[in-house]
Amino acid sequence: MSVVRSASLLVSAAYQRRRRVVNAGMLSITGLLTLLALAPLFWIVGYVIARGGRSLNLAFFTQLPRPLGMDGGGVLHAIEGTLLLALLASAFAIPPGLLAALYAARHPNTPLGVALRFATDVLSGVPSIVIGLFGYALIVRPQGHFSALAGGAALALIMVPTVTRTTEEMLKLVPHSLREASLALGAPEWKTSLSVVLPAALNGILTGVLLGIARAAGETAPLLFTALGNERFEAVQILTGAIQGRQGIGQILNRLFEQPVDSLPLTLWKYAQQPYPERINQAWAVALVLMILVLVLNITARVWIATRARRLRG
Amino acid sequence: MTILAAVVAIGLMLWNESGVARATFGLRFLIPSLQSAWDPVNDRYQAWAFIYGTLITSGIAIALAVPVGVGVAVFLAELCPPWLHTSLDWLVELLAAIPSVVYGLWGIFVFLPVVVEPVGKLLESSLGRVPLLSLLFAGPMPASGSSRLAAGLILSIMILPTIAAVTRDIFRAIPDAQREASLALGATRWETIWRALIPYGTSGILGAVILGLGRALGETMAVTMVIGNSIESSPSLLRPGYTMSSVIANEFAEAVSKMHTQVLVEVGLILFVMTLLLNALARLLVWRVARRSTMEVRA
Repeated sequence: MSVVRSASLLVSAAYQRRRRVVNAGMLSITGLLTLLALAPLFWIVGYVIARGGRSLNLAFFTQLPRPLGMDGGGVLHAIEGTLLLALLASAFAIPPGLLAALYAARHPNTPLGVALRFATDVLSGVPSIVIGLFGYALIVRPQGHFSALAGGAALALIMVPTVTRTTEEMLKLVPHSLREASLALGAPEWKTSLSVVLPAALNGILTGVLLGIARAAGETAPLLFTALGNERFEAVQILTGAIQGRQGIGQILNRLFEQPVDSLPLTLWKYAQQPYPERINQAWAVALVLMILVLVLNITARVWIATRARRLRG
Repeated sequence: MTILAAVVAIGLMLWNESGVARATFGLRFLIPSLQSAWDPVNDRYQAWAFIYGTLITSGIAIALAVPVGVGVAVFLAELCPPWLHTSLDWLVELLAAIPSVVYGLWGIFVFLPVVVEPVGKLLESSLGRVPLLSLLFAGPMPASGSSRLAAGLILSIMILPTIAAVTRDIFRAIPDAQREASLALGATRWETIWRALIPYGTSGILGAVILGLGRALGETMAVTMVIGNSIESSPSLLRPGYTMSSVIANEFAEAVSKMHTQVLVEVGLILFVMTLLLNALARLLVWRVARRSTMEVRA
């Protein structure tokens, strides 16, 4: 009975028309949803460019903030702070990230390899504010003060998963024949990894680092109670002062790393909550600079990955 | 190894640093209550207000982002003409790259007045009058628009790329035989997607959703900037609220007593455990789908 009925349904013209309409309708809805999903991107980017562009000028990049209520001034401290933090974070994140990726790419199915990949994935899912708490407990409290060092360490934890994962993907693209050729010539495993596989994947690894920096540079939450913020931070002054005073490297590093620093996202967060219009305007300019920085890093890295992957696949 | 150690160390640290708070408040800390105590002066704390805030904002985000995200994924993986798809892929990923504070700034000055305020007013005057539903949509909404609804909406924009990108990869990992078989039986493209592909990838899509949920739970800056940061006894979406991550962000640096610090770390511990479990579950689901195909899918 039901077979007969469904057969008659199948041939009925009305049913066929309904199927066609549903098909066309649903397919166009997915297209519309894609437009809807991308609308915020254009809205945010456009608005930030329009608002931030107005407040950008040379002083913005070259001066420290003026006292509240005064026009002008810049966010030099935050730009230098962001660079310093990115440098520190890279220094902490790259070595373990690389080693983990080498291991995971070489031994994907051993228990340790699986555990490593799982840990990387979990670490990338840990809320950044929790990473901040960790940085506080690990460095700030034992030392008794907020510092660039603590901020860099917290950001490193944000960076590691990105670096590891991208590097691992890139290492997998290195042809097996390369590794085998090296092993066949009698090179030990570690030497093959270091002097054959790693150089072959170097470009890809740099991309991973770039993506990692892009991720870390935009983070605020891990810095709230590690780097804290410091409107008087001026790295160039510290450096020139140190050179004139003939201070040792250790002393210079100490002065750079051991005091609180600001970063662009941290500054943006603080300025956005202040009731002064000139600070709000600067917040938009900071947003513009930050967004350009992050998007440029991302786009560079992705172009690099795309061309590289295409070449290796042949 | 360091990475493994780091994850374990984070867990241990949170556990240790909240020891006194856990011993003092026990389970009472977590139990739902309308009037959550949060009194740093007298050291009386209950976390329910924050847990509720986190859950409800993430809930709104998921409810909105999942249908849109899956739609986007279908379009990107199945329908999009080749000349368009690389650039669209990129745009979706760039959406994920915009820093959270920038979302927050845009949220305060553009999104709140232009979108949230009118939508909130509309909900207040329509659903707010329906019995039962009025619990969730009771006004009055603050003039600034800062509310749990605002946080949920911003979150839905922020987790959309995660859901869309992972689901897209799931679709691409489904073997072509699955599509061809369905099309050969005379199914339309939509019927193929709806009856043959989505059921095949269900667990992977679920994984993508959970991954997005994990991101929403932990998101701090943008939420803190638009949610209003006040402990409210009303469960309404249109009222300001507080989430676990934003209370840590706002109060930790200025915690007044040892106990205050401890309870904030305990809030962090709850958050950590939640995201840990969700992440493990999501990876498992995504990995299960990917195992059946030759393509690598990693969220």
